[in-house]
Amino acid sequence: MTSFLGPVSDWKTDFDVLDEKYIQFPFSIWDELRNTCPIAHSNRRGSNWLPTSYEDVTQIAHDVLNFSSTQVLVIPFMESRANTDDVGAQVLGYGAPPITSDPPLHTWTRRLILPWFSHAKVAQYEPLTLDICNSLIDNFKTDKFVDGAVQYAQQIPVRVIGHILGVPEYMTDTFTTWVRGFLEFADNSEQRFNSIKELVLYLISVIEERKQLLSDNVKLNDFISYLIEESKNNTQINDAIILGMSLLLLIAGIDTTWSAIGSSLMHLAQNPHDLELLKSNPEVLDTAVEEFLRAYSPVTMARVVTKDLDFKGCQMSKGDKVLMNFPAANRDPAVFENPNKVDLNRKINRHVAFGSGIHRCGGSNLARMELKTSIKTFVNRMPNFKIADPTKIVLAGGQVRGPRELPLEFI
Amino acid sequence: MKIFVDETKCQGHSRCYLTAPELFEIDDYGQSHPKITEDIPAELEEKAKLACENCPEFAITIDD
Repeated sequence: MTSFLGPVSDWKTDFDVLDEKYIQFPFSIWDELRNTCPIAHSNRRGSNWLPTSYEDVTQIAHDVLNFSSTQVLVIPFMESRANTDDVGAQVLGYGAPPITSDPPLHTWTRRLILPWFSHAKVAQYEPLTLDICNSLIDNFKTDKFVDGAVQYAQQIPVRVIGHILGVPEYMTDTFTTWVRGFLEFADNSEQRFNSIKELVLYLISVIEERKQLLSDNVKLNDFISYLIEESKNNTQINDAIILGMSLLLLIAGIDTTWSAIGSSLMHLAQNPHDLELLKSNPEVLDTAVEEFLRAYSPVTMARVVTKDLDFKGCQMSKGDKVLMNFPAANRDPAVFENPNKVDLNRKINRHVAFGSGIHRCGGSNLARMELKTSIKTFVNRMPNFKIADPTKIVLAGGQVRGPRELPLEFI
Repeated sequence: MKIFVDETKCQGHSRCYLTAPELFEIDDYGQSHPKITEDIPAELEEKAKLACENCPEFAITIDD
């Protein structure tokens, strides 16, 4: 994936998060910016600001009045289609609350979602996650080479989310294609539009089907049916809300955790001493997972500036976007000792991989369980592995960073 | 040593619970609550400090 806007020569004034260098080696770019120009600006994809310090990123995340979540996409979507296509209008108008909303919409929609990802609820999804991991590894058979992203990491979160939404397992690959098409191929707006449109049309048909079943008194215990049932007592929950919230689970729950699992496996394949540490001290997994989340934070979200303002000397205009660089905040030496060293034993790790403030990732408990289960199972069953060919690793970046192809060799 | 969670700051990261499940519990909405409101046992003081130092929202305070 190469940006069509050409290579970046000045990261302070002309950055591009889809630049190949930014996707491959963002860490040195962030370090340089943090030291010389901690809030960079670019006009490449609209007027965008890019904070790189922990203090700035978290301060903006907490200022929900000046920095709204109504536009969270890092790469702007083709808003013009909203006027010409009914489904396009629906997609863009509905959003996916609570992630695409501010209070008060954010507050009550978030309260509908959170109990589905409580510790008690997530514990119920753990045996399923373990089964998924084991059957994926069974499918490796005696192969010496596998793709750790395509054959493993990519397959896990989508199946768990599919279970929570109550959609059939054969839809797994289709969901993955739609979500990647929407989030990753940001410079192909036609593919992007078609991906989200197909996903929305599918969800609309599922919602209609569930309504029918529920009206026939069929007992259903999936998330979509829960929203339909709740809507009977709460008129705020209309069809747009049910669609948007279901969409959110799929979009936010697939690419993100898959990227975190893939980056963790990539690190272990590249750093045999850390793989050994995890094998000889399995209890290190708890701090290791937080360190993987910190060092390889997958997610950057956007905010939109709600009025002309001065933020630490930057003259921001209403409508400008701020790219919430949680990954760079997590490598800020002001907060993390030796931040570019990945230390699986790191005890003090106040990372913001799941965001900061009221939009803290609602699925973080689930993501953590999936990460721990998938890494532990992989290392237990396939304890000796390395990167087969470093030149064949394919990374995605922009909104969600992580390996999309990860050639592993068992040794 | 006593521990406090500022409920206006807590956003449900659950880092305190993961670090010191003996000292914190998390409700269905992600909100953390101290399990012990009196002085905590001496052997848990280190864990309490770690929980405090890992909170991304700076929501936990300790009273020595």
